[in-house]
Amino acid sequence: MTSFWALTRAQWFGFWRDKQNWFWLLAFPLMFLVLFGFLFRDAGASKSSLTQIGSVAIIDQLPAEAKAQFDNLFEVTKTDDAAAALEEVRKGDVDGAVEQKGNEVILHYSQADQVKAATVRGTLGAFVDGANVAMSGQPPTFTLKAEAAEDDSLKPIQFIAPGLLGWAVAMGATFNAAMPFVTWRTNKLLRRLRLAPMRTESLVSSRLLVSIAVAMIQMGVFLAVGVGLFDLKLTGSWWMAIPLLLCATIAFMAIGLIAGAISKTAEAASGIANVIILPMAFLSGSFIPLDQAPSWLQTIAKFLPLGQLNEGLLDSLVRGEGPGAALMPMVYLLGFAVVFGLIAARLFRWED
Amino acid sequence: MTNVIETRGLVKRYGDLTAVDHVDITVPQGTFFGLLGPNGAGKTTTLEMIEGIREPDEGDVRLFGEKVWPRNRAVLPRIGVQLQASAFFERLSVEEQLRCFADLYAVDHKQIDRMIEMVGLQEKRKTRTEDLSGGQKQRLSIACSLIHDPEVVFLDEPTAALDPQARRNLWDVLRAINDEGRTVVLTTHYMDEAEILCDQIAIIDRGQILTTDTPRNLITGLGSAYRILVSEGVLSDQEAAALPGVDSASLSDGTLAITTHTPSPVLAALAERDALQGLQVTGATLEDVFLTLTGREYRA
Repeated sequence: MTSFWALTRAQWFGFWRDKQNWFWLLAFPLMFLVLFGFLFRDAGASKSSLTQIGSVAIIDQLPAEAKAQFDNLFEVTKTDDAAAALEEVRKGDVDGAVEQKGNEVILHYSQADQVKAATVRGTLGAFVDGANVAMSGQPPTFTLKAEAAEDDSLKPIQFIAPGLLGWAVAMGATFNAAMPFVTWRTNKLLRRLRLAPMRTESLVSSRLLVSIAVAMIQMGVFLAVGVGLFDLKLTGSWWMAIPLLLCATIAFMAIGLIAGAISKTAEAASGIANVIILPMAFLSGSFIPLDQAPSWLQTIAKFLPLGQLNEGLLDSLVRGEGPGAALMPMVYLLGFAVVFGLIAARLFRWED
Repeated sequence: MTNVIETRGLVKRYGDLTAVDHVDITVPQGTFFGLLGPNGAGKTTTLEMIEGIREPDEGDVRLFGEKVWPRNRAVLPRIGVQLQASAFFERLSVEEQLRCFADLYAVDHKQIDRMIEMVGLQEKRKTRTEDLSGGQKQRLSIACSLIHDPEVVFLDEPTAALDPQARRNLWDVLRAINDEGRTVVLTTHYMDEAEILCDQIAIIDRGQILTTDTPRNLITGLGSAYRILVSEGVLSDQEAAALPGVDSASLSDGTLAITTHTPSPVLAALAERDALQGLQVTGATLEDVFLTLTGREYRA
């Protein structure tokens, strides 16, 4: 055990004192978190903008309850200048302009943005229909009540933070395993250690402990910044992220060990690790949510360790799932770690 | 005396090249043993097979009578191996490096101070290894290899790339290690180093041991002549040639050079003539032995 702690201590200081490590594994992913956090801050509550030309009775005379609902959906500016309002619509500054001539409500929209136009048409149409029904004096036979499946608090940050945390931890564990072993093979430290009466397992497990500590620090800082700065709301069994990240660290360490074993220089190891982690981060939804991605991409993500990690993190941190939701990803990650760990053990070399 | 190291018929091949060709080495306890040879002679490969970090293709290595390959954790605490002066953990101070190695061998932390003092790095104990000079790194790597008080110490070209002060400084350290009763095995291609430090020298070339003996025996065994140099004017070259025991005498550039196999009577005769002023005697050196054995042709 003394060997294990001696190696852990030495490696921890070596890691801790290198400011580059902290930049790449903490500051760099945090930059993305802050960037995305600000970019998508209000994306969830986006309203359609509407210019009202003159008086539009159907809007102006809405009952209080319906008016409140209307204001939730539309950002209305009033004007009397019809020509200017239409020009704004053409330029895309507003999503639509509405005027009323007698019983005819006219909506001007731009064909340049079909999606927005459809949204405005549909929503406004619903209000016109509602007004017609109300005018008939008959109670409506059918009502539609739409509710979002997620908690009301599901803002973009809720998706952004877990994905970026998954990427940061995957990157940390991979580089943390790949780089030192290449460096130590080159500078003969591995040979020196081999000549000391320690077990090989002490060397690998002490590196793992350092990587786990780094992953926990990453998680702590990420969640603190998310909650403190961007109103991230942790739900249900968020603490299941801890064992989940632990399993992920082992899995990505195995990848890192392989990258380190097949590289001759630290630069090559870093390149290989990047080539593995960066595309995987995209395919696993670390940067872009996979909910709207094509189904083949979602299938690929299911087979990637980072995809599993992100899914588990989303379930535990923000989707309010119970502790069981993280179990399948954990089992997958451990299985991945066993297979790739065995490959890494086969490829491991003490010297070049 | 017991033999600490015994190898028999050690062979290592790299493709067509036989790097080590049936090497037999026996090193008694407490010996300062030098493995001397030109670059590429097979010194390092031989040493690595003895240390147990390279597998021999043929032959047998015994350290304290035990096998060293595959990795024998019973032997490891008894040997100290000094490696390249870069084999350190990143961003650790001198003290921290030594502490890590002390813990790896489960030895008392008092050893850290002893080692720092022994290699003279007291001023640098809080300095990170990246900021040490080449000589200081070399001394630290020796300290790391001695921290667990090993019975045998292996040093592979420890003074390569050191300046003259640092070299002599390191020689003192190495001599002190040997004086404590440890067996020291050193590879070098510096003749002066081997001549000054070693009790036993094995000259190796093209993977084969050419000869093994004490430095003194190797040099006298060469049977080469001494050269005595005296200033011009004390006696003529004809007079010098007539002295007892002189093989030849010649005058050049204001210096009279006398060649002899029996320097004592010649020196006595010169003393009688009061000709000792500015006198120099040069005998054969290990370099002569080396060149006689390995040949003088240039090798890249």
